[in-house]
Amino acid sequence: MKYMHKSIEELHELLVSGKVTSEELIRESLELSHQVQDKYNAFVTILDDAKETKVTDSLLSGIPCGLKDNYSTKDILSTGSSNTLKDYVPFFDATAVAKLKEAGAVFTNKTVLDEFGMGGTGTTGHTGNVLNPWDRTRMCAGSSSGSACAVAAGVYPYATGSDTGDSIRKPAAYCGIVGYKPTYGMISRYGLFPFASSLDHLGTLTRNVRDAAIVVDAMKGIDKNDMTSWDSSHIHLKDNLTLDVKGKKLCYIKEICDINNYQNPTEELKEHLANFNKTLEICKSLGMKVEEVSVDKTLLNASPSVYVVISCAEATSNMSNLTGIIFGPRGEGDNYIEMMKDHRTKGFSPLIKRRFVIGSYVLQSQNQERYFRNAQRVRRLLVDTWKNLYKKYDAVILPVGSGPAKKIDGSKDILSKDTAILEEHLQIGNFGGFPSITIPNGFVSNLPVGINITGNCYDDQNVLNIAYALENAMDYKNQIAKED
Amino acid sequence: MEKYKVKIGLEMHCEISKTKTKVFSSAKNEYSEIPNSNIRPVDMAFPGILPVVNKEAVRMALMTSMALNCKQPEYMYFERKNYYYPDLPKGFQLTQETKPIPVGIYGKVTFECNGEEKEVRINNLHLEEDAASLDHYDDFSTIDYNRAGVPLLELVTEPDIESADEAVAFLEHMRSVYQYLDISEADSKLGQVRCDVNVSIMDSSLDDTDPQNWGTKIEIKNVNSFGGVRDAINYEIKRQTKLKQNGQYDEMEQQTRRWDEESGTTIYMRSKVDAIDYKYFVEPNIPKFKISQEWLEEIKKSIPRLAYDRKKEYMEKYGLSDYDASILVKQKDNADYFEETINLGCDAKQVANWTNGMILSYLNSEEISIKDFFLTPKLLKELIDLITSKTISSKQGKEVFAKTLEKKKTPKEIVKEEGMMQITDTNEIESIIDEVIKENPEQVSSYDPERPKILDYFIGQIMKKTRGKANPATASKIMKEKLDKLKQ
Repeated sequence: MKYMHKSIEELHELLVSGKVTSEELIRESLELSHQVQDKYNAFVTILDDAKETKVTDSLLSGIPCGLKDNYSTKDILSTGSSNTLKDYVPFFDATAVAKLKEAGAVFTNKTVLDEFGMGGTGTTGHTGNVLNPWDRTRMCAGSSSGSACAVAAGVYPYATGSDTGDSIRKPAAYCGIVGYKPTYGMISRYGLFPFASSLDHLGTLTRNVRDAAIVVDAMKGIDKNDMTSWDSSHIHLKDNLTLDVKGKKLCYIKEICDINNYQNPTEELKEHLANFNKTLEICKSLGMKVEEVSVDKTLLNASPSVYVVISCAEATSNMSNLTGIIFGPRGEGDNYIEMMKDHRTKGFSPLIKRRFVIGSYVLQSQNQERYFRNAQRVRRLLVDTWKNLYKKYDAVILPVGSGPAKKIDGSKDILSKDTAILEEHLQIGNFGGFPSITIPNGFVSNLPVGINITGNCYDDQNVLNIAYALENAMDYKNQIAKED
Repeated sequence: MEKYKVKIGLEMHCEISKTKTKVFSSAKNEYSEIPNSNIRPVDMAFPGILPVVNKEAVRMALMTSMALNCKQPEYMYFERKNYYYPDLPKGFQLTQETKPIPVGIYGKVTFECNGEEKEVRINNLHLEEDAASLDHYDDFSTIDYNRAGVPLLELVTEPDIESADEAVAFLEHMRSVYQYLDISEADSKLGQVRCDVNVSIMDSSLDDTDPQNWGTKIEIKNVNSFGGVRDAINYEIKRQTKLKQNGQYDEMEQQTRRWDEESGTTIYMRSKVDAIDYKYFVEPNIPKFKISQEWLEEIKKSIPRLAYDRKKEYMEKYGLSDYDASILVKQKDNADYFEETINLGCDAKQVANWTNGMILSYLNSEEISIKDFFLTPKLLKELIDLITSKTISSKQGKEVFAKTLEKKKTPKEIVKEEGMMQITDTNEIESIIDEVIKENPEQVSSYDPERPKILDYFIGQIMKKTRGKANPATASKIMKEKLDKLKQ
């Protein structure tokens, strides 16, 4: 690895000074792509014919990157890691893709995800399991599994992701890298294959906070094709990064972080939470105030159910366009109903079908009030609780997951009730559309673990600065995954 | 009194045809013979597409809502109606249910049916997207997405309509409203108007303010012409009446039927218990947006007076006949033309005669709109003034009308060019008469005041000399006076 472990700005300088060409970078990234594919199965497509772009003032120009395969890419296979779209070549670019192209980015591969983003293991894509580059017996988490794996393995400095529950921020933690989803609507969703529209965010996976700021600076912007996008032309994330976070106020939630909440905690969990507390000490040493707050446990525990109800409901409707009639492999049958059934029966994995059944059930008129509408009410309560915290604090800081990456065997996407909220609290960032970033904060069992910082809507800069300063005070910036 | 009372409710779908683009897509909103030519990725639901609301369609919907005397919502929402059908690419239709409230609720419409004033309450009006159109062949079907996403207004009435005639009169009234508001041609031949009809019958003796007594609601789907609405209702009344008479009515379940034009019958589709659960929920990709009071005011101001009100005014204020008034208001542009000419100071009846007569037949034969008509209200006034002032005769008026249009000159210019000015100056006529008397001594001497038949001969001579320009009444009067004098 000659270049691809470097940061975006380092690569940009090398390109501008002529010490390396875009073509050389692409060649290295492609070579690494094939190696990583062989080892970890991170890609749906490797774009061997990727063309160099002109090096300009744009920091991303000439530099390779990866796109999650639920980003619509013109003339490039875009599958959402689903058999229902295994042959689908879009004729339009997602807005975020078009923006990256404008910035001169070069795409060297399309990365594997949990089918349509509906999973957190990296094991439900139609091309098979994505393995963790730190330990092949473990998962990367998901759904941005391939992107996280590739960035951690040093295939390029960044890849795009999407995040409906924690799909950027959890894999980032499991792979020891940075995962950032900005405020809802900061990046247009046009051309992102939807999972749950009210929760879907685009974002990026990088190896340092500065790169995350650079990438989102390029991807963001109001879009006439997405009514939920907003004008952020006054926001320049990278330019306003600062290490001075003195006086910033952080809070963490007792009901999530206190080890006493958990019966028979594993050694890993103990270590993980202890490590979290160490990170809090670092925060304090940077001049930040860190306080423990308490949130109603019943409300917190409702979060995973709220997520299931809302995300499944929206998903079952969003994916009703997948009939194999206009695009995707045409099903067999004597009439359109049979054709659609055949397409969907063969196309979707069992996990997704289960979610469709749930989504359909909670939307039925006799159930809607009890499940869907109540879930929306509880969502509102959770968001209001967080907004109240933001009146007093700049951000909420919490550990990601209950420890390092889980083993692929026996994962099965089933949650232990006890640690559910620890595993699932990142969803609240999606409920509120909050800017949220995960950065690595150490190792447990020789595997990376992460910490998450989530702030109020439109307060991305603040969130990034806290992460930037904290990252600078720790030793896990720019780390490349290595198997023992 | 009839034994049964009929209760009819209508669901009228009308495509908005006057927006430039579709309701949630930037594709052209335009009828095209070429299948799948007016489409964008949104219209075919490619993965990743998002709806973007067309503000102009919302404006038109709000305008209709006001014209129906409905209440407008404070916030605008759209909802997904989820079901699978090949003409529905997303697998759901973007529409508005009654919760949260759609673009209009609880209105009422006054219209005329066979000379009688009727009122229908409107339950709601909502804005939605049309589906694609399907054509079925023996062993395959084709889908044309041009229509997918075309803005559609659906209005739902209360069951206040009591006959097929009334239903059709209401639909005609609404067609006129859509045309006057410049929202749609509302042409059922173009498939722009489609109706679902709900029909039930009840015993006349029962209290019809109590919905319990209304009978079993039968919904007839997809009636696509006004004639079809009339026939379907009449058929259904007959069918249900027969069931009543045979004592089978109470066994009939609430159901959806379909109108079969060929056989002229309604055919059972499904029972109420098999009704589809559409799993409505608010479209998350369209943030709710506030409808400002200023915008509503602005829209309100732009609503023109509608045909129903104009017709009333024409009859009451100008004394026009029902027939004339009806023809005038049939098209808003013609009514506007009529009013503009009157406002210039012309007599309403004369303007009505011209507009409904010569002008309409000219426009029809030339197939042009009155907006492109050379004879503007100002020029029509000029023509009418020429006749009123007796500068030309009304017979000449028709000639001037034709020549004005042919030569694209003003009526005054035509009259001048053609030397059509009537001679009304008595001095001039007198001197011509003197000439005629001098030239015809024999005829003058044979004149008998008791039998003034020979007068026609003299008038003929005067007309010959003036090439018909002498006012015949004036000429005849003076001639007679002069001859009478000579005989004394």
